[in-house]
Amino acid sequence: MRRYLVRRLLQAVVVLWAAFTVSFIVLFLLPGDSLSIKLGGLEGTATREQIDAVRGANGLDDPIHVQYAHALGDALTGDLGTSAQTGAPVAGTIVDALPQTLQLTGVAMVLAVLGGGGVALAATFTRLRALRQVLLSLPAIGISMPGFWVGLLLVQVVSFQWGLLPAMGNEGWESVVLPALTLALPAGAMVAQVLAKSMTTALAEPYVETARAKGAGRVRIHLRHALRNASLPALTLAAVVSGNVLVESVVVETVFSRAGIGRLTAAAVDNQDVAMVQGVVLLAALVFVLVALVVDLLYPVLDPRVGRAV
Amino acid sequence: MATGFATEVLPAARGHARFVLRRPGLLLSLVMFALVLLAALFPGLFTDDDPLVGTPREKLRGPSAEHLFGTDQLGRDLFTRVVHASSLSLRATFVAVAVALVVGGLLGLVSGFFGGWLDDVVMRVVDVLQAIPRLLLSLALVSALGFGTTKVAIAVGVASVAGFARVMRAEVLRVRSSVYVEAARASGVRSGGILARHVLPNASGPVLVMAALEFGIAILSVSALSFLGFGAPPPTPEWGVLVADGRNFVATAWWLTTFPGLVIAATVLSANRISRALDGERRQDR
Repeated sequence: MRRYLVRRLLQAVVVLWAAFTVSFIVLFLLPGDSLSIKLGGLEGTATREQIDAVRGANGLDDPIHVQYAHALGDALTGDLGTSAQTGAPVAGTIVDALPQTLQLTGVAMVLAVLGGGGVALAATFTRLRALRQVLLSLPAIGISMPGFWVGLLLVQVVSFQWGLLPAMGNEGWESVVLPALTLALPAGAMVAQVLAKSMTTALAEPYVETARAKGAGRVRIHLRHALRNASLPALTLAAVVSGNVLVESVVVETVFSRAGIGRLTAAAVDNQDVAMVQGVVLLAALVFVLVALVVDLLYPVLDPRVGRAV
Repeated sequence: MATGFATEVLPAARGHARFVLRRPGLLLSLVMFALVLLAALFPGLFTDDDPLVGTPREKLRGPSAEHLFGTDQLGRDLFTRVVHASSLSLRATFVAVAVALVVGGLLGLVSGFFGGWLDDVVMRVVDVLQAIPRLLLSLALVSALGFGTTKVAIAVGVASVAGFARVMRAEVLRVRSSVYVEAARASGVRSGGILARHVLPNASGPVLVMAALEFGIAILSVSALSFLGFGAPPPTPEWGVLVADGRNFVATAWWLTTFPGLVIAATVLSANRISRALDGERRQDR
């Protein structure tokens, strides 16, 4: 078990390092480095020498592997560089914005699991063919809706027509509801799709037949026997879904004018603030790696058969 | 052709027609998708108005017989703008899917066929790319490449390369060990010939189906990026841009966001439904 843990941790570190390297290559080697964009407005006023001086001071004239080594060294000490728009350190800005987004994505994940799980369970439980068809077609619809459009429809109806919840901002729990619902729709659809499939598989297993033969009720068979086994495949989806929800917040926080990582990212892309974009890419990779790690460690606990194999 | 039209092609076509007619959702999706394609190729079939010039007197009118989707703040007919926008948005989607298919397919082909260190390197890069959500990857690429519809399309395509490379590689590995490839090799065909004549045609089925599935995802990503303002500059109509423009009038003119968004959602739904049918047919063929 300990060797397994060490190996998994090492793998996680390698993925993070690779994400750093890939984003470094994409963001810093493609044409148009951040500094020339930052100085773009100054081209007329600053002399060639001044520009060169700033470039030199920022290490942009060093060979690329030296720049990379510097950046990697800094990143290891928690220094992700400074934002080209604000001049503030990237790591600090991200940490400051994180709680708002974590709150939003956390609520969205809970809604997605409850809603998506509910739809999948109802679809596999019902004996009405028509109802089952309708429920099973919901995920495909949920996945096809553009998030920005769903958000704006909710604003239109709930905020403006009914006057119920705020259309924008970060104030109070009321402001979380609509953006969280918007984020939860595609995530919940994914959960429902996977869970419905694995529930159908689980219900065809011999142990279900055994339980039925022993006289267990339908509710008991579905919840105690099938769901417990069927939720394991759905759990492996957690890393992908949480990464997607985090990134969808770029769109949703823009629609609802909320402060957070998403708005930060949108503004960073808009200003071609590459250091900030790289920071967000690393954050997303970190979230993915952490959730995947937690799921991997939980798996043997939930399914003893896997535990013995490790 | 001795096999003839009447004995082979006709029954097959009749079989396809029956397959579609038994599935009303699929039929509806095909009709919707055909309409959007027509609108993209020949906008003149649907509207005579100019998407860029409005009648200020008729600004912010609700939907009516005259203006099916209403008019915007400059009095431009929204239906006309949506029809003209479909050309740019669909073109971007096709470019994105093509980039993902060609780049991902080639990477997977080379990686699976030659193996060794090349395979290791390509697959490790693919692993990392799959740890970063695709929308974020395309946002990062856009911030490096710059703005505009084509750059957005390329970014969305490159962000999806990893999945294609992985599926293609798996298929190539399956085909590579098959008897006919061994036979070709034994009879002295060179690697390039084997790759082009035997491996590529037999391994490309699954990635082609994947490309169909990718279509809906690409429409959503492209329109999300253009909604955020990284696509075409203002007066040019693009689906995501139309919704973003309507955002300022969300309290007073509901039609400005509702209709363009509805068209996007309906197109994605149809694309997904059609590609699921293609996927199912392929499985039955096996």
